[in-house]
Amino acid sequence: MDAITMNLLKEVADLDALPTGAYNLRANGKGAGRNTTANIDIVTKEDKPGIDIIIKPGTKKESVHIPVIISETGLKDLVYNDFYIGEDADVVIIAGCGIHNCGGSLSQHDGIHTFHVGKNAKLRYVEKHYGEGDGLGKQVMNPTTVVYLEEGAVMEMETTQIAGIDDTIRTTKGEIKAGGSLVVKEKIMTTGDQKAITNFEVDLNGEGSAANLISRSVAKDHSRQEFNSDIRGNAPCAGHSECDAIIMDQGWVGASPKLTAAHIDAALIHEAAIGKIAGEQLDKLMTLGLSREEAEEQIINGFLS
Amino acid sequence: MLEIKHLSYKVEDGSEILQDINLTIQERFVAITGPNGGGKSTLAKLIAGLYEPTEGQILFDGNDITHMSITERARLGISYAFQQPVRLKGLKVSDMLRLAAGKEKKNVDYCGYLSEVGLCAKDYINREINASLSGGELKRIEIAMALARSTQLTIFDEPEAGIDLWSFQNLIHVFEKMYEETRGSIMIISHQERILNIADRIIVLKDGHLAQSGSRDEVLPELLGTTKEACDILLGKMGGTK
Ligand SMILES: Nc1ncnc2c1ncn2[C@@H]1O[C@H](COP(=O)(O)OP(=O)(O)OP(=O)(O)O)[C@@H](O)[C@H]1O
Ligand SMILES: [Mg+2]
Repeated sequence: MDAITMNLLKEVADLDALPTGAYNLRANGKGAGRNTTANIDIVTKEDKPGIDIIIKPGTKKESVHIPVIISETGLKDLVYNDFYIGEDADVVIIAGCGIHNCGGSLSQHDGIHTFHVGKNAKLRYVEKHYGEGDGLGKQVMNPTTVVYLEEGAVMEMETTQIAGIDDTIRTTKGEIKAGGSLVVKEKIMTTGDQKAITNFEVDLNGEGSAANLISRSVAKDHSRQEFNSDIRGNAPCAGHSECDAIIMDQGWVGASPKLTAAHIDAALIHEAAIGKIAGEQLDKLMTLGLSREEAEEQIINGFLS
Repeated sequence: MLEIKHLSYKVEDGSEILQDINLTIQERFVAITGPNGGGKSTLAKLIAGLYEPTEGQILFDGNDITHMSITERARLGISYAFQQPVRLKGLKVSDMLRLAAGKEKKNVDYCGYLSEVGLCAKDYINREINASLSGGELKRIEIAMALARSTQLTIFDEPEAGIDLWSFQNLIHVFEKMYEETRGSIMIISHQERILNIADRIIVLKDGHLAQSGSRDEVLPELLGTTKEACDILLGKMGGTK
């Protein structure tokens, strides 16, 4: 692996070397390494780009890494990854996409990830998006995540985009059966002229199903962010979404939360707060000897931690 | 040493919150008291740089700090423990103590600072400074931060408020320890007679004026005397915090 690939791997997957356990590394639109285990199989799709990741029922304490690296300028990459998590499994999947764009053309990665999480299975899914580049070419990523949770399945998804992505539309859709629970934690920071749009749609279809969406974002400079969510309660269920945003400079944040209740026992709540960093927070840190800039940095790092 | 000359603070609507305050402070423990709304916190904020005075001058160890930023004053050695501590989502108790102790300090004695204020370090060190902390816990952490800073001048704005079960003796011990370490001045804004009792000097602010200033022996008997006014000053607030 070259230095650029290593650095991108470090950023998106916190890896210093190829991971242990199951993994699939995709670099510049092609497979660049794969490992499977007794319980986890990874199969290349034949009809379109992408892979199927199949985890046997009852698999415990295993992880799958599926980093995607783009370092050629002007590359447009589209993949379909399907995940089949067997009943009662308890696993972690770490996905990440890093773009290093030194050229003058647009580099783009669009991933469509579909999760089929079996009965009573537990999945933690961590996704990190990172872009870097010294050229004028834009970095674009449009991740789509589709989640099907069977009875009693639990999925926690953490998604982070802290730097370098010029344009992003992230879409997450979920259908949740009885006793299933989906938690999504999203952290976004945009700078410069970046644009980020989040679309979140979930159908709570079974008794006792639950969804919790927590979004924390910071919009700096002239960047723009849009947050759209629709939680639909079609059964006795609990839905909660929370959108907390800090705007700085000429940043712009729009939040359009929607709740739809189609059952009398659907309990749906949305909270949203958008504003600049509170003056008293800056004052407090400055009384500890921090400059205004250092204080802002600490507050933002804490907020997005 | 802190010198305050002809200090006034007016707000936009024209009302004068503080008028022509003159003070020189070099004692170890200075207590500032007076009725609610008298201007105590405003004076503290003017000294720490949260507000800028409309008139007058503030000198700290001979430096004119009147127009310095909060940061510059903090770096010169002024600390201010807020009356109402600020909550900071995502920042932990350990982060705040580390920031308070400063970059130069390598091994921050988190446990030491927290146990000084009666908190068990292992229960609090990783807690976020958010709405989950109780008012009294926040207040203690605010004091622990001042301890970690340990500067030439520390202003505590009603440190005892909201702290119920913690023995008063411990709070006095915190002040004494801080004095041992800094040999600086400790200004305590308080309505508590027990705090006024340890002060070398007592200052009374009332309606934005310096109503009284002198040694404990001069001021305290008068404050505790039979005049109705003195009773209001002390008991008015004490009743509220019981
Ligand atoms: N920005 C402002 N605009 C208008 N009035 C203000 C402003 N800031 C302070 N005041 C007023 O100035 C007065 C002094 O306030 P300050 O907070 O200094 O009182 P204090 O002596 O600390 O009172 P307490 O014992 O209740 O803490 C109060 O009447 C307050 O309402
Ligand atoms: Mg006050």
